Amino acid sequence: MSAVVHDHGHAHDDHHHGPYGGIMRWVTTTNHKDIGTMYLWFSFAMFSIGGLMAVGIRLELFTPGLQFVDPDFFNQLTTMHGLIMVFGAIMPVFVGFANWQIPMMIGAPDMAFARLNNWSFWLLPFAATLLVLSFFMPGGAPGVGWTMYAPLTVQMGIGMDLTIFAVHLLGMSSILGSINIITTILNMRAPGMTLMRMPLFVWTWLITAYLLVAAMPVLAGAVTMTLTDRHFGTTFFNAAGGGDPVLYQHIFWFFGHPEVYIIALPGFGVISQVIPAFSRKPLFGYASMVYATSAIAIISFIVWAHHMYTVGMPVTGQLFFMYATMIIAVPTGVKVFNWVATMWKGSITFETPMLFALGFLFMFTLGGFTGLVLSVVPIDIQMHDTYYVVAHFHYVMVAGALFAAFAGVYFWLPKWTGNMYNETLGKWHFWLTLIFFNMIFFVQHFLGLAGMPRRIPDYPLMFETWNKISSIGAFGMGLAQLLFLYIVIQTIRGGVKAPQKPWEGADSLEWTHLPTPAPYHTFEVQPVIK
Amino acid sequence: MKVSKLISTLSALLTGVMGVAASGSAHAIAWYFQTPASKMAAEIDWLHQVVMWIILVIFVGVFGFMFYACYAHRRSIGHKAEQFHENTTVEILWTVIPALILIVIAWPVTKTVIAQKDTTAPDLTIKVTGYQWKWGYDYLKGEGEGIHFVSTLSTPREQIEGTAPKGENYLLEVDNEVVVPVGKKVRIITTAADVIHSWWIPALGAKQDAIPGFLRDIWFRAEETGTFRGQCTELCGKEHAFMPIVVRVVSNDDYSKWVGEQKKALAAAADDPNKAWDLKELAARGEKVYAANCVACHQAQGQGTPAMKAPALAGNKLVVGPEAPPIDTVLNGRPNTAMQAFKQQLSDTEIAAVITYARNSWGNKASDVQPAEVKARRK
Repeated sequence: MSAVVHDHGHAHDDHHHGPYGGIMRWVTTTNHKDIGTMYLWFSFAMFSIGGLMAVGIRLELFTPGLQFVDPDFFNQLTTMHGLIMVFGAIMPVFVGFANWQIPMMIGAPDMAFARLNNWSFWLLPFAATLLVLSFFMPGGAPGVGWTMYAPLTVQMGIGMDLTIFAVHLLGMSSILGSINIITTILNMRAPGMTLMRMPLFVWTWLITAYLLVAAMPVLAGAVTMTLTDRHFGTTFFNAAGGGDPVLYQHIFWFFGHPEVYIIALPGFGVISQVIPAFSRKPLFGYASMVYATSAIAIISFIVWAHHMYTVGMPVTGQLFFMYATMIIAVPTGVKVFNWVATMWKGSITFETPMLFALGFLFMFTLGGFTGLVLSVVPIDIQMHDTYYVVAHFHYVMVAGALFAAFAGVYFWLPKWTGNMYNETLGKWHFWLTLIFFNMIFFVQHFLGLAGMPRRIPDYPLMFETWNKISSIGAFGMGLAQLLFLYIVIQTIRGGVKAPQKPWEGADSLEWTHLPTPAPYHTFEVQPVIK
Repeated sequence: MKVSKLISTLSALLTGVMGVAASGSAHAIAWYFQTPASKMAAEIDWLHQVVMWIILVIFVGVFGFMFYACYAHRRSIGHKAEQFHENTTVEILWTVIPALILIVIAWPVTKTVIAQKDTTAPDLTIKVTGYQWKWGYDYLKGEGEGIHFVSTLSTPREQIEGTAPKGENYLLEVDNEVVVPVGKKVRIITTAADVIHSWWIPALGAKQDAIPGFLRDIWFRAEETGTFRGQCTELCGKEHAFMPIVVRVVSNDDYSKWVGEQKKALAAAADDPNKAWDLKELAARGEKVYAANCVACHQAQGQGTPAMKAPALAGNKLVVGPEAPPIDTVLNGRPNTAMQAFKQQLSDTEIAAVITYARNSWGNKASDVQPAEVKARRK
């Protein structure tokens, strides 16, 4: 920071202004915008790799019988698809948004710990390398599912250990990033930017960061116990030595359920910026949005065993976790109602970010509803570990988090690059993604209801039709993302120059106080918010 | 059911549009729960429909508002934005009303949960053990006590690999079906020998994880006779997709008949562990045992699967060496691998046979192993 601090304010040489040029700029950068950019590209790379794995899975499932991959490699694909998408694609994409946007939205010059920020990012490529390398180890990548249930993990080869270390690194990265975000938000807000005046995106990230700090160490503990069970003779999860395989599931889901909201909440934040901007109307129920988000975060710590209704809990346990899970529907409902009320009597336009936000709203709610169905113990016992669950969480994670991420990219791309994206292509991207997404996952509800278990490479004949439709959708959705890549590159390389505030209804600081494109250093003098 | 008709018409239409129906099989398109064969499954079905109707109403309501706003409050028709952003009454209402709806749902559900957990006073108790990758059944209590067998997938490998046309019950057929009497309360106790499996019969509304080292239980009471099929639903390794569960519900008379036959068959099949076999006889018997228990990992040519830590048996020094180590390995398994302890599953004769087979196949050459030697090493 000190090397560059006396050279501020020159908009014309913004992009060549750090201490190094070329690759070293990216290795050594402490600039929140550079780091944000790296997070976003890293996330896209992981999204592509995880997506290719999904295409491999759907290829094998196109027809009954074993055609392309053997069952062992199929399990490796499902495992790595899950881990890479959750930890490599969805979580980093929102950290990318946080890096770019939080300082600009609260009127801060950068993140609180700039060097730590650099390190948080640079842990990720190493973690990703470990994950991908595991495929080339003897025995291949672990074929245990992203949940890594004991004691199956004990049977795996060295790829399992690589995965465990990768999870450690990813966890470290998340915790450090979260500490940075919390410190930045609590200490570096511009004068007058009180907590209850922060844009909702900042609020959701503040809450998410606390969730991460609380949940990630729990995951680290779970995988470390797996590691010592594998190599050092402990028996945490082995009944023969006094342990319990179900203990792993309790620990994992104590992390895993808050993780669902770690993924969802920043997306809620993006949507809460986009919908008011394109409705030209302030967010409805700002305070209740903040309270609802906090309530969701807190309740998310007491619902974990709803992932485990079939392990054989006592009846009181099942009832407790069912009631707690149902209660989460209340604050989540409040959020959905608030978004719809924001649109009510607005002056709505339908640019690409708004389309993705509406897609999010519609389909995330659908995923929420199937979540309510699954909260009901007897129904869940029928659906547990079937494709219904697969459909449910892809509605939450893809139609929820991924759609919110797309909305955010289109929303802020003009501010980041200085150019407008191609609106026509953006709309094509939206409609193709929407149609193919539903083709993949809507039919999977039927598969689950009819009884198709998840994580199987081959299936009985009555499931064939839906699987075919689902596979065709997957190939289409994969191709549609190439269009997204094209649009982004096209926007970076040129196009119509964007004005300071391309969206009429946008009102946070990055639009009202900063030129477009946002200069390399912003807010070296804090603005005063009135 | 008008709704189900509507939905099946819609789904048929959808598949027609996609143009893939023609390439599929003649199978009916399954899109909803299997027809319930127990009161519990019927109750689950009913609960699901109640919840779905409530959801549908809310969904239409909320998104009716959203799409109306998209239509009527868009800028392109010149709608001006109002600037309200709060309304305490509305906000309290849409917090309280969903909470009340949830209570309405939770009430009947609670009763079902309690009923589902009540495994007391069963007429018949069966212990189910999950193995990689088959199911073991022991009739513990009630008519048929003492019957035990292992149930494995009976779909031929050629169908899976696509060199033979797939049969009607592809991947849902087993060599030994679980037989239970109709109208009787059957308690299923689950456990597992290696990793977690999950025992599921959708039509009976019964699913329970099988956890190694622990016992868990569920119950069902089938209301009608017939054959009901399910699959393992907890990822348990390579062959997870290939360990189905088949329950045949028969009348009480047929059940008694079946029990009689099983008892006779068990008595007849009990090998005399002291009988001396010749090598050829043993190896031929061993080939069958190998095909049912070993081939998934160690492979047809004994080449093993390195990915599974399953070593090649062809040319393996331990296999063709002294007789005690291979016997111990098969009896006790290898910890932390898919090689399980077979002492509960296989008889002395079967273990002797399979070891003899491995010692004299794929180029291996070694002495035979007699059942008595296996018996001697059981401790």
